[in-house]
Amino acid sequence: MKRRKVVEERFFKYLLGIFTYGLILILFFIVFEILKKGVPALSWEMISEVPKGGFYFGKEGGILNAIVGSLYLALGASVIAIVVSLPVALFMNISLVRHENILSSIRLVLDLLWGVPPIVYGAFAFSIMIIFGLKASLLAGILTISFLIMPVMIRAMDEVLRNIPLGLLESTLSMGATRFEVAGIFFRQALPGIATAFLLGFGKGIGDTAAVLFTAGYTDYVPERLNEPAATLPLAIFYQLSSPIEEVKARAYAAAVVLTAFILVISIVSRYLSSKVSKNTVS
Amino acid sequence: MNFAKEVLHLDLKKAEEHGVPAQPILRINHLNVFHQEHHILKNINLNIPKGKITAFLGPSGCGKTTLLKSINRLTDLHSGMKVTGSVQLNGKEILNGDSELPDLRQKMGLLSQRPFPLPMNIFDNIAFGLKIQGIKNKTEISQRVEFHLKQVALWDEVKERLNAPATKLSIGQQQRLCLARGLAVNPEVILADEPTSALDPTSSRKIEEQFIELRKNYTIILVTHILRQTVRLADNIVFMYLGEVIEQGTPYDIFQNPQSEILKNYLNDGH
Repeated sequence: MKRRKVVEERFFKYLLGIFTYGLILILFFIVFEILKKGVPALSWEMISEVPKGGFYFGKEGGILNAIVGSLYLALGASVIAIVVSLPVALFMNISLVRHENILSSIRLVLDLLWGVPPIVYGAFAFSIMIIFGLKASLLAGILTISFLIMPVMIRAMDEVLRNIPLGLLESTLSMGATRFEVAGIFFRQALPGIATAFLLGFGKGIGDTAAVLFTAGYTDYVPERLNEPAATLPLAIFYQLSSPIEEVKARAYAAAVVLTAFILVISIVSRYLSSKVSKNTVS
Repeated sequence: MNFAKEVLHLDLKKAEEHGVPAQPILRINHLNVFHQEHHILKNINLNIPKGKITAFLGPSGCGKTTLLKSINRLTDLHSGMKVTGSVQLNGKEILNGDSELPDLRQKMGLLSQRPFPLPMNIFDNIAFGLKIQGIKNKTEISQRVEFHLKQVALWDEVKERLNAPATKLSIGQQQRLCLARGLAVNPEVILADEPTSALDPTSSRKIEEQFIELRKNYTIILVTHILRQTVRLADNIVFMYLGEVIEQGTPYDIFQNPQSEILKNYLNDGH
């Protein structure tokens, strides 16, 4: 009996270890490949200039258009999405707490939306754009991405808010607080989670390709107006990687290094922020 | 059998020296609470006397916390809970209508089983209650914060660190902070749901001392299963079992002169 337990214990320990370290290993392999192929092609010119004539044949220019375009898109979309998502998540966890059926339906719908492939959002937005006769533009891209990341943000904040103990809601209501005042307390309590949700949405937005394919278009210029098309890093990677020319392919990896660096910075900032603002929260 | 004397080693006196019975501040009539198919509270009829400590006594799961929460309608927060009947505070019906709910709740401060300080610093925890009453004057706010912290004997312990997060306080201090926070909104009734169950003996004693002090100005409803605490604090005891009020009376009636078998058994078990 005892022998069996020891074997069982060991078996599962190694099994879990293999999966965990295997996953990390694969991740390292991907990052290593990107760095190995991308860093040699990375230069100041690459990140500070827009493509010039002959860029797509391996001549001079950079991917500034895609860097700026991606930042505009992700930032604009994240701001719009958080403005909509925060009240929704607060409403779900303050006003709807007693309606478990409604709540679980909303959560199911949001999870389904989360699972809808981005290309569907893109195609849907594109069909609406056709109806209104709009061309691919930064604004269309921002709106599409914001709808894409709203379910992510709402569910991420919802998970944080639903973990707030019922006692805090009871205590606050017992002081005669209105729901608006309760929302203020919940906002403070969930602030680390809200910051994380924002950055999660931002990360998903900056990395998405399919939703912007039809809606934001692509351009060699840095967009100056909302109605101009905008380039994005994932699309820049996609187009350059499809090229038969080696220099252009190498640049695709350089663009991937830039995108990976963005996401790394976002993750680090979000972790730092959550530890910073959580000092007041009740556990 | 004399339970007070033989089980608790206490000599209770008949409470006739209290004189005229106090006016009820809360009247509960035909209160029924259902949760899905369960009938949690069964036809509760109670008057809560003003300016006294009323204890809801009974074993776990007898519905005493539910009864407490239906008094300020925290039952609203629970999915599938249905409340019928009438609860009146100073003649005003609590159970129907939503418009005055924040005002009604403000008159009944809550002290939970464990403290839930607001996610802000010590000062703001009290100031929040003042601000939701519309008090904006900064001097008045700081005077009132000091007053309420002194009211719960916490001022000397925290006056140097009012800007520290409330969560940095010990759990006993947090519970007193929550009491002060509740007092800051000027309630008439304090609803205390086993307020000492998470506390160490010293912190529990401090809370009990506060209650005795607060009885002069407030009506307190205390949910407890601790017999000794009931004896120390209560003027009026409501004994509950399986969602029904079994007996109600003074500590003398309940401990010296229990009528029902259920209460006698409960007193025998718990000491």
